[in-house]
Amino acid sequence: MIKKFVALLLLAGLGLMFVGLLLGFTPDQVLNTTASYYADHSVEDTGAANIVTAIIVTYRGLDTLGEVTVLFLTATIVSLILTQPRPSGTPVIGLTEKKALASGELLQTGTRLLVPLVLLFGVYVFVNGHLTPGGGFQGGAILASALLLMLLSDPTKRFNHRFISRVESISGLLYVVIGVLGLVLAGGFLDNRILPLGAFGTLFSAGAIPVIYTLIGLKVGAEFSSMMVTLSESRDR
Amino acid sequence: MSTVMFVMSLLLACAMIASAYVALRGQSLSMAVLAAGAVSLFASVMFVLLAAPDVAMTEAAIGSGLTTFLFFFVMGRVKGGKDD
Repeated sequence: MIKKFVALLLLAGLGLMFVGLLLGFTPDQVLNTTASYYADHSVEDTGAANIVTAIIVTYRGLDTLGEVTVLFLTATIVSLILTQPRPSGTPVIGLTEKKALASGELLQTGTRLLVPLVLLFGVYVFVNGHLTPGGGFQGGAILASALLLMLLSDPTKRFNHRFISRVESISGLLYVVIGVLGLVLAGGFLDNRILPLGAFGTLFSAGAIPVIYTLIGLKVGAEFSSMMVTLSESRDR
Repeated sequence: MSTVMFVMSLLLACAMIASAYVALRGQSLSMAVLAAGAVSLFASVMFVLLAAPDVAMTEAAIGSGLTTFLFFFVMGRVKGGKDD
């Protein structure tokens, strides 16, 4: 009873605080200094039509590298924990022990039709990250969702772990190499002006941003894929 | 913000609160996971209305897509305990 009363009191206090904040809130009439710098200068600095991408990949490129690292660590830990060797004596049982029902013709045909389209859409999203909304993270997640579709339609399917981890590590390495190249050839770490900025609004523009976002997309897609593949394959233990 | 937009965002907010309630109070675990995915889905539409398409794409792909299935994979692995 007392516990409930305290919880209610806490909720009421929080509600009062938020109502106070809401009533006192007036939207800014002008952008603050940082935001107006981005809005005014991102086109001439980076040549990217999508300001969000310009901020994520160049101005705040180091933060993006940190995010990718966090995701990499998560994927690594998932596969490290789940692929521990079985204790000796336990029989190696596959998914076949349950005799999973085969998925229907509709699902299989639909998957075969949709997977290439979904993959293509993912690639489109991260290649056009500097022009349209979306980018490496979103495109990578879409790539991984194509893999998820394949996994759902055929749970006994096995994927090439070595290939996934190769894609992951090579794109991560190239990402850092491009960052260091920016340090050597242009203004700083992850500067996109190591390649010509090109004509504004075209596919091959904005310097190294499309290259960096392609690498991020491949890396994120491989990380999510390895997480899901490990989780689904190690169910047998 | 026009009236249509206002009504739409109001409906979305109500739907988000309702699905969050189902996720917390629902009877079965898989229902709760699906409801949590629905919260993300409504949130991504809300982000589009708030003119943040980049965030909306991330929320739709990761929040409502991959996370839901990660939950299901994990539930398949922990099955067997008394408290799951």
